[in-house]
Amino acid sequence: MSKITSVADLKKKKEQVQLNLGLRENSDAADTHVQIRVGMATCGIASGARETMNFLVEETRHQAIDAVITQTGCMGFCYAEPTVEITLPGKEPVVFGHVDKTKAREIIDRFIIKGELADGIIPVNFKTIDEY
Amino acid sequence: MSEYNFQILVCGGTGCKASESEEIRSSFVNLLNEYGLEEEVQVVLTDCFGFCEKGPIVKMMPDKTVYVRVKPSDADEIIKEHIVKGNQVERLLYRDPVTGTVVRDRQHMEFYKKQIRIALRNCGFINPEEIDEYIAHDGYMALGTCLTEMKPMEVIEQIKKSGLRGRGGGGFPTGLKWEITAKVPGDQKYVVCNVDEGDPGAFMDRSILEGDPHTVIEAMIINGYCTGASKGLVYIRAEYPLAISRLKIALAQARAYGLLGDDILGSGFNFDIEIRYGAGAFVCGEETALIHSMEGCRGEPTFKPPFPSVSGYLGKPTNVNNVETYANIPVIINKGADWFASIGTEKSKGTKVFALAGKINNVGLIEVPLGTTLREVIYDIGGGIRGGKKFKAVQTGGPSGGMLTAEFLDTPIDYDNLLAAGSMMGSGGMIVMDEDDCMVAIAKFYLGFTVEESCGKCAPCRIGNKRLHEILERITDGKGEIQDLDRLFMLSNVIKDASLCGLGQTSPNPVLSSLKYFRQEYEAHVKASHCPAGQCKALVRYEVIEDKCTGCTLCFRNCPVGAITGEKREVHFIDQSLCIKCGVCFEKCKFGAILVS
Repeated sequence: MSKITSVADLKKKKEQVQLNLGLRENSDAADTHVQIRVGMATCGIASGARETMNFLVEETRHQAIDAVITQTGCMGFCYAEPTVEITLPGKEPVVFGHVDKTKAREIIDRFIIKGELADGIIPVNFKTIDEY
Repeated sequence: MSEYNFQILVCGGTGCKASESEEIRSSFVNLLNEYGLEEEVQVVLTDCFGFCEKGPIVKMMPDKTVYVRVKPSDADEIIKEHIVKGNQVERLLYRDPVTGTVVRDRQHMEFYKKQIRIALRNCGFINPEEIDEYIAHDGYMALGTCLTEMKPMEVIEQIKKSGLRGRGGGGFPTGLKWEITAKVPGDQKYVVCNVDEGDPGAFMDRSILEGDPHTVIEAMIINGYCTGASKGLVYIRAEYPLAISRLKIALAQARAYGLLGDDILGSGFNFDIEIRYGAGAFVCGEETALIHSMEGCRGEPTFKPPFPSVSGYLGKPTNVNNVETYANIPVIINKGADWFASIGTEKSKGTKVFALAGKINNVGLIEVPLGTTLREVIYDIGGGIRGGKKFKAVQTGGPSGGMLTAEFLDTPIDYDNLLAAGSMMGSGGMIVMDEDDCMVAIAKFYLGFTVEESCGKCAPCRIGNKRLHEILERITDGKGEIQDLDRLFMLSNVIKDASLCGLGQTSPNPVLSSLKYFRQEYEAHVKASHCPAGQCKALVRYEVIEDKCTGCTLCFRNCPVGAITGEKREVHFIDQSLCIKCGVCFEKCKFGAILVS
């Protein structure tokens, strides 16, 4: 890692990672990849998030789905762990609750491949700092 | 991709299931089949929208129209009008309670979102083990602004102006604390992050550190810049291994980028952070005890003043803040103090994270603007009481707080209102109790916790709490007397007045508030040897109702202590001298033949 030695450096870094992460419209990643985030705080892991994540990694590889799978922290829906957020290319993120292996398979088959929704969506029930 | 042109999202949260969401879904599905629209419209059951008062909620996609209080009989009109003709169904739209105007436009269709995520803004969005993801979401930008464009006192002014108060429980104005530390002269100062989260059922700080460790690092550096400290210490419980490992990764990444260390962002400012582990003592959440623990001494509090801002770690000026307080700092700098101060109530600005637990449907981590009512938190966001039972009380502030009854459901949550109601904000644990909870037993539970956790330094706390616990034990064992109620009251007040630190000064709160609001329950225990909630085992008696018993032997076979006797197809009998009141017979009996009295 090269050092960030000024605010200008930091801003440059920010733009570059935003492109890599597909947070920009003109980024290649946002057009092609399915982004999957698995809630992996203590609560999620205790409810089986690690198994869910491993399954998603294997299954997307097996089905040759172009997916980026990462871990994230607690989404706050403890009653519905494990929770998984999926962003299809060019679409808004969708969060699913109670994602065990069976649910994960249904999500891959119905949502990721066919673009249909599946039961168990957790509606976003909060505003972000940019929405307020 | 999807063949569907429309999607109908029906709220299937536990709160709404009680109000027919399954029926709503099936009437949509049936009608769509009837009209031959099933290929075009998909119906999906979702989890809770978080606005159960207006439930069940139905959201139409892709246009995002939200309908409230939908009934199964409304499905036909929604399909015919909204889907076929493209007209919104006026009468099912949400009406703003203040202005009375109907919310129909896309922009305002988010009215059901009662939460704002400031401290939790990145939790569940970014990969906490990737500093780049934090940077992509404005990470370290606030630090950049502070170091290059603002003088330390200007930053402190902004924090003061924002109205941010300490989120660890006490609610001391954060900006003022920083200012005091900044103004005290000293060759070496320290910045401390308090992660000694000890309230039963509370996990706000753990979640923030596990989900967004860099926000705490960034805020601590800003704090160091403001107060003139070059060293930061994170005091964290060793029982939070995942939080510790993510924090370590984050620290290493920040150092690799030069965001920690010497000459940060070319400003000439030096700062670094170390981790100190706590062994999990509740009292070490108190700042003086925390500091002694970090110094390698016993985790015991000392008298204030001097405050840590003046004489703290190793006798040097030390600024101690809690995790959630720090998590607000970068946002205040990035979005401005005025923006932050526009959220919340007059004296309590911003948002507060709560860990919702207990007898509530949507157990979880929430962040609401201060001033939100308990009713909104419990019934809308929390989805109401589990099993449709009756709300009895909510404990805020953990073992230091008090119980709030139904009469406070519409009280806006802020520091001052909670104090006035006999409880406190605390760090954010919120434990919901229903009609099956015995308030005396709950008070005993919290006192048991305090007795375990008292450091033993001062007599009122060490001995007084023990005696309080004994009296409560006597009452729940059915051996109490009416004078015990006065003893509880008097002793509680002595402990509050005479204890050295916050632990003892607040430990009798669960007793005092339950005595105040649920005195009749105490009286039932001591006068009639009766536990109204049926929770105190010593006061409960299990008996077989002879008329209902079929002699199925299920209770006999399940009783763990062999207290039940009886022949097949004959009435059974419970030997009270052997019964341990575990309640298994009551749970197992299929004929309702066990009487609990």
